[in-house]
Amino acid sequence: MFSFEKMLVWQKAVEWSDSIFDVADRLHQKYQTFYRRMNTTSCTSKGMRWLRLSMACHEQHSKPRKSKSLARELSVSQARSTVSQMNSNSILPANSNSNSNSGHLLHNLLLFGRLLRGLGLDVNPGRMIDLVNALDMIEIGRKQDFYHAARTLLVHKRDDLKLFDQAFHFFWRKPEEGWEINLPSIQQRVRRKPVVKPPDLRAPKPPGEGADETPDPNRPPIIEMTLTYSPNEMLRQKDFAGMTGEELTAVKQLMAALVWRLGQRRTRRQKAGRGPLLDLRRTMRRIIRHGGEMMDLARKEPKYKPRPLVIIADISGSMERYTRLLLQFIYSLSEGLDQRVEAFVFSTRLTRITRQLRGHELDHALREVSRAVQDWSGGTRIGDALKAFNFEWGRRVLGGGAVVVLISDGWDRGEVGVLRGEMARLQRSSHRLIWLNPLLGSPDYEPLTRGMQTALPFIDDFLPVHNLVSLEDLADKLANIDDQRAARRQVRARVES
Amino acid sequence: MKFNSIDELQSALRDQSYIADRGLATSIYLALKLGRPLFLEGEAGVGKTEVAKVMTRLLDTDLIRLQCYEGLDVHHAVYEWNYTRQMMHIRLLEARGEHPNESELFGPEFLLRRPLLQAIEAAREKPPVLLVDELDRSDEEFEAFLLEVLSDFQITIPEIGTIKADSPPVVIITSNRTREIHDALKRRCLYYWIDYPTFDKEFEIVRTKVPQASEKLSRQVTGFIQELRRADLYKVPGVAETIDWTTALVALDQKALDQSIIEETLGVILKYQDDVEKIRGENAKAILDRVKATGG
Repeated sequence: MFSFEKMLVWQKAVEWSDSIFDVADRLHQKYQTFYRRMNTTSCTSKGMRWLRLSMACHEQHSKPRKSKSLARELSVSQARSTVSQMNSNSILPANSNSNSNSGHLLHNLLLFGRLLRGLGLDVNPGRMIDLVNALDMIEIGRKQDFYHAARTLLVHKRDDLKLFDQAFHFFWRKPEEGWEINLPSIQQRVRRKPVVKPPDLRAPKPPGEGADETPDPNRPPIIEMTLTYSPNEMLRQKDFAGMTGEELTAVKQLMAALVWRLGQRRTRRQKAGRGPLLDLRRTMRRIIRHGGEMMDLARKEPKYKPRPLVIIADISGSMERYTRLLLQFIYSLSEGLDQRVEAFVFSTRLTRITRQLRGHELDHALREVSRAVQDWSGGTRIGDALKAFNFEWGRRVLGGGAVVVLISDGWDRGEVGVLRGEMARLQRSSHRLIWLNPLLGSPDYEPLTRGMQTALPFIDDFLPVHNLVSLEDLADKLANIDDQRAARRQVRARVES
Repeated sequence: MKFNSIDELQSALRDQSYIADRGLATSIYLALKLGRPLFLEGEAGVGKTEVAKVMTRLLDTDLIRLQCYEGLDVHHAVYEWNYTRQMMHIRLLEARGEHPNESELFGPEFLLRRPLLQAIEAAREKPPVLLVDELDRSDEEFEAFLLEVLSDFQITIPEIGTIKADSPPVVIITSNRTREIHDALKRRCLYYWIDYPTFDKEFEIVRTKVPQASEKLSRQVTGFIQELRRADLYKVPGVAETIDWTTALVALDQKALDQSIIEETLGVILKYQDDVEKIRGENAKAILDRVKATGG
């Protein structure tokens, strides 16, 4: 009954995929030919064949989108064009021969799907077909049912539910209310402008290079002459905070060369091997192969998996001198390790930067991070940041015996009680809690600050992070984490209310 | 299936003493109609598992439950060979001077059917409800495997062949969201996030589930829990806790809430020591006063 319309949905749906403009063009031509033929021959069988063809075509060409942020950037312009289309009241271009209500609805559905997709929701053509099918099953007159049906079919992440609701109410309004829509409400959710201007995360340019802001990726890295005779050994021991631009560039390269490994965790799975456990399945096979005689026993051994790593870094004002390098360090960790690395930064509030760091080259990743973080070089509230982490993320990222690395100088301006409670919780829910403090590198530093004093009893390893040597030590430490838990003192964390 | 509208399904659920939102009813209805798995996410104790149980009663069929845990593998989720029986069989044959052959040893009578296989076999006669509970506890390996089963509802056992369900079982997957489930799996399903209920809905649930509790007690308990959910707790109580608490209070012959009984039974609703300490004493009293003031 709906077959022609369904095909239209497909046609449109395929066009949405922003990575396949060329395919869309080709499909469009095919569609035109098909449409001409359809006037003479029967619709259904051809329609179905075309549908299958376009499906195959789509599967072949659709690739995962490059990045969510790209999609979100697209969204604004897409939404605008959607609105402008609606303003001019244009219905399906040229090809639409259906003037019935269902045609309008379908057209609107397509636009709606496109809007959602533009907003970064994972709306795929298959889902749209399902939705069209579902419309047959519900009372379409009841907006509430339509809303729930679309919601259950098009959204599959909790975080997207709010966005969907906004988009739905924004889109499915009566025309009399006017289509003059103020996009900012959605736009704001999509892309936030940093309030404070972030520090320049890229290494400072050697003088004379001019105001060229974006580095040319094709240009080979320039290695300064001074470095060829400056012994690397000295560089390894020098405090990050006192480094010059050239030294930072060199350190960047040395850092990228560090090899990261993280201790493994014994899982509940087994694989064939020489362990103590009997592999009955394989033993049985062998017995049969030998005509019912038990020759030897097959064994299996536990499987090991790398532990997830969670990094929570302080980017408040007091840490500013280290921020740039620490972000590079986090980046090299998340690139260098095979397993999941979750990264967070905080000063007065917590921001997750895992997504920004992943899959980009360094400079791009750092730009993304600086865009995502709103509170560069603000005050420090370690307790509140940890609380946000424990509540929002702890249960989701600390599974599987995670190792947590906290990077901060411990200059805390928050409440001591909160910090104590949250440190205790964090330690309990992680396999190992490592605190890296850049100040620890200087010989006469003592952790006397109130924040550091409060946190110390809950820390498994308290290490410096001020030069390359300390990073190498950390690499050693991480590689040697085994199944044994660190010996911990029983500390009672009272909640002070 | 046998429901023709969302209203019908919603009232049928209510008859089974499950109070469902319009949204949840729509999702269940569409899952049944489209033959897709239903993916339910939400905090612990909001009634995710209960949906599967109620659906089983409604459809008058069997519930096959697969509890997920880390390391869950094919041998425990799909099938395993009954080795001891095979061994016995071999010995018996030998005693008679015969030799075992492979096709005989790997026949259906030596097959141990685990939940997924059970569900697919049962679906040949009457589609059962397959509950994949707490999927977030399993690991990625199992997720990938489940994805394969859910996409075409067939299982291949090398020794026997492919077993396929003509009509798919009703699949309900739940997750507490302790980790994100892979998108590929979620995409196959209808998704619904079950939120904590509103006061009216929760009150209705308590009245339906614990009818022997006085109206005053039910109202106060619901009000107290609703207030607790707004408090700054590490783990706020779910609906299951509300019901448990009401039942406990009824067992203690309470007609209404008071300070001392709250102190004594706080462990029924709060499961973290920090949370208990935070609420105990003044805070509990303040909440109770607020509840009473708003007509509890």
